[in-house]
Amino acid sequence: MVQLSINGKKVTAEEGETVLKVARREGFVVPTLCYHELLGSSGRCRLCVVEVHEGDRKRVVASCLYPVKENIEVLTNSDEVRLVRRTVLELLLARCPSAELIQDLAKQYGVSEVRYTPDKDHGKCILCNLCVRCCKDIVGVAALGMSGKGPVKKVGPPFDEPAETCIGCGACVVICPTGHIVMKEETGFRTVWNKKFELAKCSRCGRAHAPIFQLQWISGRSGVPLEELMVCQECR
Amino acid sequence: MNLSLEKLEKITAAFSAKEQAYEKIMRVCCGTGCITSGANKVFESLSEAVGHNGLSTRILVKKTGCHGLCERGPIVMLGADEVLYQSVGKRDLAGDVELLIKTVTEKRVADKLLFRSAAKKEKYVSPLDIPFYKGQKRIVLARNGFIDPEEIDDYIAHGGYRAPFQALQMDAEEIIDWVTKAGLRGRGGGGFSTGKKWRSARAAQGSPKYVLANGDEGDPGAFMDRSLMEGNPHVILEGMIMGGYATGSNQGYIYVRDEYPLAVFRLSKAIEQARGYGILGRNVFGSGFDFDVEIYRGGGAFVCGESTALMASIEGMSGEPRDKYVHTVEKGLWEKPTNLNNVETWANVPYIINNGWEWYTSTGTKQSPGTKIFSLVGKVNNTGLIEVPMGITLREIIFELGGGIRGKREFKAVQTGGPSGGCIPAQHLDMPVDFDSLTSIGSMMGSGGMIVMDERDCMVDIARYFLKFLTEESCGRCVPCREGTRRMYEIVDRICKGEGKIEDLMHLEELGEALRWGSICGLGQSAPNPVLSTIRYFSDEYKTHIIEGRCPAGVCKELTTFTIMEEKCTGCMRCLTECPMGAIEGARKEPHRIDDLRCITCGICYDVCPFDAIKIG
Repeated sequence: MVQLSINGKKVTAEEGETVLKVARREGFVVPTLCYHELLGSSGRCRLCVVEVHEGDRKRVVASCLYPVKENIEVLTNSDEVRLVRRTVLELLLARCPSAELIQDLAKQYGVSEVRYTPDKDHGKCILCNLCVRCCKDIVGVAALGMSGKGPVKKVGPPFDEPAETCIGCGACVVICPTGHIVMKEETGFRTVWNKKFELAKCSRCGRAHAPIFQLQWISGRSGVPLEELMVCQECR
Repeated sequence: MNLSLEKLEKITAAFSAKEQAYEKIMRVCCGTGCITSGANKVFESLSEAVGHNGLSTRILVKKTGCHGLCERGPIVMLGADEVLYQSVGKRDLAGDVELLIKTVTEKRVADKLLFRSAAKKEKYVSPLDIPFYKGQKRIVLARNGFIDPEEIDDYIAHGGYRAPFQALQMDAEEIIDWVTKAGLRGRGGGGFSTGKKWRSARAAQGSPKYVLANGDEGDPGAFMDRSLMEGNPHVILEGMIMGGYATGSNQGYIYVRDEYPLAVFRLSKAIEQARGYGILGRNVFGSGFDFDVEIYRGGGAFVCGESTALMASIEGMSGEPRDKYVHTVEKGLWEKPTNLNNVETWANVPYIINNGWEWYTSTGTKQSPGTKIFSLVGKVNNTGLIEVPMGITLREIIFELGGGIRGKREFKAVQTGGPSGGCIPAQHLDMPVDFDSLTSIGSMMGSGGMIVMDERDCMVDIARYFLKFLTEESCGRCVPCREGTRRMYEIVDRICKGEGKIEDLMHLEELGEALRWGSICGLGQSAPNPVLSTIRYFSDEYKTHIIEGRCPAGVCKELTTFTIMEEKCTGCMRCLTECPMGAIEGARKEPHRIDDLRCITCGICYDVCPFDAIKIG
């Protein structure tokens, strides 16, 4: 067990736990964008920063990655922490002016105006990487990745072509915190990341419910016969 | 084959006897700088001429690594520091080669090829008298320029590989103790104690362990590591063998950027030759210790010089850094304990083992012992590669070794530490060059780039240059660096174009502070330095841009006009002749005039006017 203090409150944590986990458990509010409890930490958005005093050393760290240490003092709302958060949100709002989540967070953390020319070409993508990690670690197909660096870094399937491995499951759409990823469904087809999938019609109710490609993929992996999967979840 | 000390001495004796049989050794610098100015041709013609003249038994022509005085390449040295010839074959290859031959056959020094000071007042025969070399203390670079980097016997004959032989008989703890007591600090710029790092790597749990050499030098204008890898690859291998032994690692990797093909080639050859001698591979020197080194070629992303990005790159992933809350000595390459040092740091180790840590601390300062290699570039007369004792002042480097500022201009600032460093103004010229002093004045040692600027350099434009570089080189992983550097660039670019507002300065400082606290790695954390240091020391220049809409250095095109002061113009027609746009009108002996519509504000007229009649407005 590790003893530390958060905003002056003495708390106890397990070795190896992150400051974020402990702080939230103790009721402190720490905002995050690129952290997800199922996918873990990535340290990209820097919204979760906290100030840590360790002996004489003062640091501002990403709480989603920083492991608790004996006797450290954590401040979740210091001047430096607020500066970093405000800056991150102003920068993200300039990048994605239409992202409602960023607008709300910016308001909440004191961004009164955006001093930069808003971008027009990034949609709502803040490059949190959650879709990439979800596609790889949860779905298991790794159809998405990052390409480029610096200002031209972006997310997408390889070479921006419809990815062979994409099964059209839509998990990326669900996990995206800002609603950047668009999935369209019309007349028995689903389109996501420029790839068009034919939807399976439920063999009982006739409802178009999931891409045939996805069902084949699940069947191949799980051994459940495809006919069973063709029945929609409600009719099963 | 396993080398013993006896065999090392035998190789030395045989090689030295071979070289001593010649009356004269001519060493042609074949570092990248001299090669680009024609050194390979000089080497070929000279070798041919020696053969033709029946001098093959009297003169040995040898290819070496960088001598340092790149400005005056190709360089040829005769004997051991007897004569330095510069700009050999630049205008008249055959004639210069003949002069070289005659230096030996007729014992006549060729006046034409001697080094002259910028003012052409003094000329020098021996390199030891040239201020550029005189002020140096070459320890790490001592053998650069003497040995053929592609010949291991040459290296051994110059004292090579004695250190690991000795180290492998020492206790690992003792080696670390020596390196710690020597006070060696990371030459890549961090300045962290190498001994401490080794100790942590040794103590770290996990197997296998790795040692890495960082040769991903990416700072604009820097070529220290390049010259070392090209000119003396074995010294790096020596260091790594000892580091591997001391930390308990059997595998080393050298990360070299692929833009350094000659470094890759010579390092590969050195590794091959060392393996052939049993210096690398199983049972090094018959000690029972196994150690091998492989080269990993980097794709040229600046960020891959950062430790964790470098490791990600070796692992085959995109070169993105990660937070180092768990140090790489504990979890580095493939999550295993990893000790990463810069190639210059590695190259210092053999000298500590050979001469002892007490000897090592006799050079440099108490907190920063030893020497540091710099690439001195910009507006100085002598640009090139220098190795100086720590604690030397900036003034000595720039005005003695560097021979002062070019032309009749005034010194304005010196930029150290590359894109992560800062600009140091004249008031700090007497500051000693060491890790802590440079940091205290808002710059940093960095890996050793040193760019000298004069009155015609605009500090706002310099900040813009580095920000553009960093914006493009940011990996884009974390928000503060990816979005922050480009927004800082936008603001500074606006100031350069005359669209700045006075509140931009506070905004830059605020944004800079947020980047320092909030970014993942050193790139983002130090990205604001060039801006913050120029605001700190040259705020007037920023204000002149913003308030008066004028660039005092005459660099920012939108804010610059050149006008001819009638009362000073003699109508000599010099500017008129040189203007590339034909924008200057006037008759001989009558004042000239610049047509603003055609002027591209290149400043050539200002530079060539013998009467200082051109005004920057």
